Amino acid sequence: MTDQDEPQSFPSAEELEAFVASSLMAIEKVTDLAGLDELEATLLGRRSPLLAWRRLLGVLPPAERPSAGESLQIARRGIEPVVEARRAELAEAERARRLVADRLDLTEVLPGPLAGHLHLVTQVREQLEDVFLGMGYEIAEGPEVETDWYNFTALNIPQYHPARSSQDSFYLDLADKETYLLRTQTSPVQIRLLERGELPIYAVAPGRVYRRDTPDARHLPVFHQIEGIVVDKGVTFGDLAGTIRTFVGAIFGTEIKTRLRPGYFPFTEPSAEFEITCTICHGEGCRTCSGSGWIELGGCGMVHPAVFEATGVDSELYSGFAFGFGIDRLALMAHEVEDLRTFIENDIRFLTQF
Amino acid sequence: MRAPLSWLKDFTPIEADPGDAAAIGHLRDAFDSLGLVVEQVERVGEGLEGVVLAQVLEVLPIEGADRIRQVFVDAGGEGRVEIVCGATNFAPGDVVPLATVGAELPNGMVIARRKMRGVTSDGMLCSGRELHLDDGVDGLLVLAKGETGSGELPEAIKLGAPLAEYLGIERDVVFHLEIEPNRPDCLSIAGIARDLAAAVGLSFSLPAATSGARSGPATSGPEAGAGEESGATIKTFAPEACPRLLGQVLTGVVPVPSPERVARRLELAGMRPINSVVDASNYVMLELGQPTHPYDLDRLGGGGISVRWARPGEHLETLDGNDHALVAEDLVITDANDEVVGLAGAMGGASSEITEATRRVLLEVADFESRAIGTAAQRHGLRTEASVRFWRGTDPEGLGRAAARFAQLVIEAQLAAGLEAPVVAPVLLAGPGRAERPPIRLRISRLNALLGTELTQSRVAELLAPIEFSSTPDGEDLLVRVPSFRPDATREVDLIEEVARHHGYRAIEPTQRRSPKVGRLSEGQRARRELRRVLQGLGASEAWTSSLVDPALLARVGSLAPALEVLNPVVSGESALRTHLLPGLLAALGHNEARRNGAIRLFEIGKVFHTEDGVPAEEEHLAVLLAGTDDGAPAAVRLWQRLLDATRVEPGAVNLGALGGTGADAHAAAGLYPSRAGLLSDASGAVVGALGEVDPGVLERFGLEQRPVGVVVLNLDALFALPRRPARARPISRFPSSDLDLAFVLPEEVPAAELEAALRAASGEELESITLIDVYRGPGIAEGARGLTFRLRLSSLEHTLSDAELVELRRRNIEAATARGATLRG
Repeated sequence: MTDQDEPQSFPSAEELEAFVASSLMAIEKVTDLAGLDELEATLLGRRSPLLAWRRLLGVLPPAERPSAGESLQIARRGIEPVVEARRAELAEAERARRLVADRLDLTEVLPGPLAGHLHLVTQVREQLEDVFLGMGYEIAEGPEVETDWYNFTALNIPQYHPARSSQDSFYLDLADKETYLLRTQTSPVQIRLLERGELPIYAVAPGRVYRRDTPDARHLPVFHQIEGIVVDKGVTFGDLAGTIRTFVGAIFGTEIKTRLRPGYFPFTEPSAEFEITCTICHGEGCRTCSGSGWIELGGCGMVHPAVFEATGVDSELYSGFAFGFGIDRLALMAHEVEDLRTFIENDIRFLTQF
Repeated sequence: MRAPLSWLKDFTPIEADPGDAAAIGHLRDAFDSLGLVVEQVERVGEGLEGVVLAQVLEVLPIEGADRIRQVFVDAGGEGRVEIVCGATNFAPGDVVPLATVGAELPNGMVIARRKMRGVTSDGMLCSGRELHLDDGVDGLLVLAKGETGSGELPEAIKLGAPLAEYLGIERDVVFHLEIEPNRPDCLSIAGIARDLAAAVGLSFSLPAATSGARSGPATSGPEAGAGEESGATIKTFAPEACPRLLGQVLTGVVPVPSPERVARRLELAGMRPINSVVDASNYVMLELGQPTHPYDLDRLGGGGISVRWARPGEHLETLDGNDHALVAEDLVITDANDEVVGLAGAMGGASSEITEATRRVLLEVADFESRAIGTAAQRHGLRTEASVRFWRGTDPEGLGRAAARFAQLVIEAQLAAGLEAPVVAPVLLAGPGRAERPPIRLRISRLNALLGTELTQSRVAELLAPIEFSSTPDGEDLLVRVPSFRPDATREVDLIEEVARHHGYRAIEPTQRRSPKVGRLSEGQRARRELRRVLQGLGASEAWTSSLVDPALLARVGSLAPALEVLNPVVSGESALRTHLLPGLLAALGHNEARRNGAIRLFEIGKVFHTEDGVPAEEEHLAVLLAGTDDGAPAAVRLWQRLLDATRVEPGAVNLGALGGTGADAHAAAGLYPSRAGLLSDASGAVVGALGEVDPGVLERFGLEQRPVGVVVLNLDALFALPRRPARARPISRFPSSDLDLAFVLPEEVPAAELEAALRAASGEELESITLIDVYRGPGIAEGARGLTFRLRLSSLEHTLSDAELVELRRRNIEAATARGATLRG
């Protein structure tokens, strides 16, 4: 019997059997793992009858000791596996209970703090920067308030050039003898790079520019451009065409084709407009491309010798090309935004879409 | 520039039929690849099939209808045609267009037999608008007024004849071309035809009648050009701006309506026909690119014209009725009595314009220097068809041709109208003319090096010849003579562009050019990107607002710095370059609040502007607005700490002080609430930024809800110039750390930062981190003080800190705190 008191005599076979039987019943009755651990200690631990009886082996005649010892082992083996089996059973039941108790509907979760979003124009700008960084270009910057020299004169747009009438710039009201204006293009950065005198140049200049356009769905007086300039020995018009093809492929995917057609910019010659396969209809012809299958992306050309002359670069030794296009317009096109003005409204419902 | 296909065909034998979409598409493509960009292809004269001339015979009311009437017409066939018509502007006898059953109108409407109110309608009587012939008045297009009772009709009218035939309308295609400033020659039909012909491999020629009279030999001196037989004088007193002036006198002129073909072409090109004289002048300008000006010779004082610079104080009333005060840089036309009669090359005066009574015409055909005309036209806002052409550059050798063509057109118009032809006097010439331009050397090697092509000398010459750049070989180079109608081409590279255009840009093989450099962001660019990512991670969305703002917007935040102003704003009032980002961002918050998106965090990175010693200067700023459920200023401080951490700026390099001060300090603090904001400055005391809450008064001025709105404003140029912590790994202890929470009572006048610094110093090397975990004001704490609880995380790199060591650290910290006026809370 499971007497707490130290037993006085070695149990009989019947007593042992009874002990095992009662133990098994107790194990069966236990309902949780903690109870089982406790019971296990009682039945098999240091203070269990089994160990007490083992200590009595010594008082038995030597001839009986092996069989007596054997009988204790048999009794233990009759209990131990049952404890383990019960433990597994209880663990499983416990887990089943927890599974029910811990159930969570993952669709009833409250939202956490709002995520921030970068402006779409920034995202497109960084994407463009990354493409050109990958091509080995530096990212150049320049001031937004420029002098007449950087914005016009050095770019081969002398004071009475017809091109100035179409530029329609914002002039600043300053008493200074120098004429200041808000840059109408990112091209002044070309001049700054050339004046720096570190050749070759492989650079792009993204930034904000200003033109006196009345705001509407396609125009803002303040917008963003990215300009590229490459000046090195032996740069050709073919290189320009190849470079445009490369970056257009990197931005839009290589299935988008490019083509050049003659254009006019005072600071490049030959000048060109570059067009890409319409990204909406992929060349089939749609409303966006007025049915032509092509959309005009920007302007480009070979750096005009007059620009080299203005900045002290030897145009016989060096040649180069430049290209530029609108970042906002590209973002508008790529994401099918209907109205440019959406960009400056900063409605959070728009900002957080991208 | 609008170029009707039929007009182009006068100069080059293009076979394309207006109805042949493929052929028209081919031409469009050819224009595009020449850089004469086609903005629109307009089809005209379509939808007139089945529209015939009909004479109204009888008009009857329809019972029960007051808006429509029954009309019987004679359409040349057997019997009367029965029509229902809603127009009322005609009477029996009138000749009107009838769209017969089955006709398809230009708007796509197909005419069918209909019945209205029991009356049959076998077609439709048309208005000019319905036929796309005019956009004019309501009512039918009445082609001839019939005399009631008399059955007589003008000879030209044959009832039942197609309307298109009667009006002389051919099917045509008008190409709307965008002409770049470097192509003055293409502001004329002939110039466009020349370029197109070269591109498609067709011949080009100016018809004999227009190529006849060339300018005669140059005469010199301002007094030249008097002509006895013509009875007029012409003079140029400004040969530097008008090197050549040609006069052509026509007598026996009678201004009549232009022949249909001339009128029609002017309309297709976008000009309104007026009378045979004015139309001839316009026609010549469109066709040859040379503006001319016809004067009524009898209304010109002294019977002649001169060119001279204006005198200050002189005035001119132009044809459009505006009065212009002239300046010395204006080139003017005067009559022979020295009275100003026109602004040279831009617009004539009202006093000598052609009227119905004009009988003697003096035609002015001038070669003006482009800059003189361009600047004056700009100054007086006279951007006319003529001034644009002169500004871009006309053909100095085309004067005689233009005069001859003008005379021919006036003659033809009068003959067509059954009148006698006017008498054309020999042309008068004044001015020295221009010096011949020397040929330009074109190095074939240079050309191929720039284009990446392998064109031969002879191939280059072949490409240039059709556009009349004649060349002669000189060694391996070509000596190229630029045609007079291309004043834009002045140097070798201009010739290279012409070769490239006619070789075809698309025929130049794209090649790969690799940069020998490594693409890399600069420190500042990298830091800016990092800042954006951190702000994004903190739940802020990026805005971009206009740099040009209304000065009143800047005033709302109390900006004191004078803003740079633009002289010519495009949006009324938006004349100032922003001095702060905050106003634009607050306006953006307002936009969102009005749409119930008020709980947001917005930031912007951009330039702000000011003047330094009268010279413009710009800085890059960051502004953040925290308008969520945040606690305003504390949220701003937390955000600033995160930015400081992310940018690795040495925490000790920036001091947070109270708002106040003047100059740059006050400027940086604009819009912030003094009680709940601070100024960030560097070790030298220069402002780096400001942070805290937006002033409630500012919120009110922006019409924003009253609530704490956190704000951080940083001058990024200043921030990125501060010393930074190296990104070097700091060892972390292998042993567990211990937390020590210490609660103090600190008088309000002592900043928490001071206590924190003291604790930091007292803990020494064992301090892993220190965090303020609780701020308490209320029962148990004396008035004028607050409870602050700091959690110090302590550890050693060598061993687990013992209880004795922790006790000692605790003692040292309490001692240091006490020295700052803090007492340990019980």
